[in-house]
Amino acid sequence: MSASDTKALEELGSYKYGFRDPEDYFYRSGKGLSRGVVEAISAQKGEPDWMREYRLKALEHFLKRPVPTWGPDLSGLDFNEIYYYIRPSERTGASWDEVPDTIKKTFDRLGIPEAERKFLAGVGAQYESEMVYHSIQENLSKLGVIFLSSDDGLKQHPDVFRQYFGTVIPATDNKFAAINSACWSGGSFVYVPKGVKVDLPLQAYFRLNTQSMGQFERTLIIADEGSQVHYVEGCTAPIYSKDSFHSGVIEIIVMPGARVRYTTIQNWSTNVYNLVTQRAVVHEGATMEWVDANLGSKVTMKYPSCYLVGKGAHGEILSMAFAGPGQHQDAGGKVIHAAPYTTSKVTSKSISKGGGRASYRGLLKVYKGAHGSKSNVVCDALLIDPQARTDTYPTIEIDEDDVSVGHEATVSKVGEEQLFYLTSRGLSAEEATTMVVSGFIEPLVKELPMEYAIEMNRLIQMQMAGSVG
Amino acid sequence: MSSVLEIRNLHVSINDRPILRGVNLIVPQGEVHALMGPNGTGKSTLAYTLMGHPGYQATAGEVLFKGQNLLELKPDARSRLGVFLAFQYPVAIPGVSVANFLRTAINARRRTLNTQDKGIPVPEFRKLLRTKMELLQMPSDFAGRYLNDGFSGGEKKRAEILQMAVLEPELAILDETDSGLDIDALRIVSEGVNALAGPSLGILLITHYQRILNYIKPDVVHVMYGGKIVESGGPELALTLEEHGYDWVKERHPSEV
Repeated sequence: MSASDTKALEELGSYKYGFRDPEDYFYRSGKGLSRGVVEAISAQKGEPDWMREYRLKALEHFLKRPVPTWGPDLSGLDFNEIYYYIRPSERTGASWDEVPDTIKKTFDRLGIPEAERKFLAGVGAQYESEMVYHSIQENLSKLGVIFLSSDDGLKQHPDVFRQYFGTVIPATDNKFAAINSACWSGGSFVYVPKGVKVDLPLQAYFRLNTQSMGQFERTLIIADEGSQVHYVEGCTAPIYSKDSFHSGVIEIIVMPGARVRYTTIQNWSTNVYNLVTQRAVVHEGATMEWVDANLGSKVTMKYPSCYLVGKGAHGEILSMAFAGPGQHQDAGGKVIHAAPYTTSKVTSKSISKGGGRASYRGLLKVYKGAHGSKSNVVCDALLIDPQARTDTYPTIEIDEDDVSVGHEATVSKVGEEQLFYLTSRGLSAEEATTMVVSGFIEPLVKELPMEYAIEMNRLIQMQMAGSVG
Repeated sequence: MSSVLEIRNLHVSINDRPILRGVNLIVPQGEVHALMGPNGTGKSTLAYTLMGHPGYQATAGEVLFKGQNLLELKPDARSRLGVFLAFQYPVAIPGVSVANFLRTAINARRRTLNTQDKGIPVPEFRKLLRTKMELLQMPSDFAGRYLNDGFSGGEKKRAEILQMAVLEPELAILDETDSGLDIDALRIVSEGVNALAGPSLGILLITHYQRILNYIKPDVVHVMYGGKIVESGGPELALTLEEHGYDWVKERHPSEV
């Protein structure tokens, strides 16, 4: 075997993004969370008083509220061992030249600047707590499209920011929304003016570098009437022996007739607790689509939600989770029908292998008065081996008679006959299993822009490597 | 290296129940051999065993092909060596298109020859697939459909022969490829097989009806009964069976019941 073969074999099945940079920061808070830490974050940012007060109130709520026990095991998450704020550089660059060299190199390795040149309308790159880079195509900014880090959004557009911030997900929503509201930093602020259609995706990329880091990005997207935008987020981290913590909050307002798609390709290393709250308010005739793919992390709790508040609003959630050894993906979605003739579709695909556990947790609620509404929920689980585990926790609450609701759930195993058939055509057992898995998630992958679809298939291949003896 | 298939005294069990009880058979390269016999005599067991299904245990005997004992190889290695099985009941692989699947299968073969191979270039693959699909009179959108998923019986059988055409085996086992086909589909499938037959391909055609042999002319006809090959002869043997039915075999070989 040649040297390159040996290297290729070693890399196969390993987490490609596990490299780490030396830690050289502009500012870092101490470990643990206190009023002092929250005040220091606010001071570092030079924020208005109302935001400092908001943070401190949220902190109180966080401290009061117990860790939820209805879902995955969070007992390994020690809030006193986390760094809550690390500012890697003094400011957000608008060109890659302004980004410190080591950080720029990291994003180069992750292929971000290259992707930006090729097929993106704008890119934000967050490293630890801050966006180190944020840029949008000039023609879009001329049309009035705003794509900034949330910190810059607050500074440059204080009125709009304040008008919408915390309105979709209040600080008191849940314990992790509270900690985000107290410590938030980075994330994107997006505003798309009336009637403007952003054809290419905007992408934000999140990178954790420090061990025991807590990342609390805050994203606020406002799509004004009749506008259209696709926002994509990706995330990776190095592998450490101590766990890190990522707790984002994503608030989206989809105004009448607008259309927003939010795509996540979550590929954290397997020592990250990923506890995210993301929710969209969808107004009359508007459409919200969540495409949510969770491959990495130790524990993920994430239930993208659509609140259909306007007549004829439409929400779609396409959720995919892959749980390998030691991983628990607790994913799903929530749809609230609160207006007549609203429609929704939830498709969940989960795959588990080697003791990994994938759960679907979903809520479908139809309020009285939301007559003529329709919803369909489909959950499919695929088990790769006998050690894999899957669970489904669907909750359906219907308070209106004139509705049409469908729910189906299937669990399948990679069948011996499928494997025999595929291997009889010359595919190795591993290639054959990977092919069955790729086919299983095809309904999700085909919704991704081509570049992400290719990346997704490659990630699945990496997840599957070494899974067949 | 000759790619003659030679089966010597093959015994096969499923869950410890003996099904094949000493099969001897030679299929030389370039010849078409029909294997006939009533239901439940072990024809499909032989097909699955030749391809290496894990549920079939060969308890004795050898299967030689290109100088190797096939029984020692996994199904994928057998395939890459040039063995092909057209399944009687092909399984569905939802989400995987016919084209994607075939490209992966071709590339798996290419990597056996050269570990550095980068895979078949897309234009070359498209051309190859188009040519083979025309041969089988398949509409072009067929390539984009999910493999065997929602296919009619006839489409499944045609898809099997399409795979055979693309993978170009040296030994093809066709397991009741004629079952479930109407007369037009049978003709198209048979024409496809005939177009592929030639000096470099050996074919073992498993059927229990003489009907397909009107289209695909066998060089030799074998009759399996009670897990053994009990009669071998020329094409006229199939006609004898057609005329007298399998009772004729049972009467001649009462001890095999």
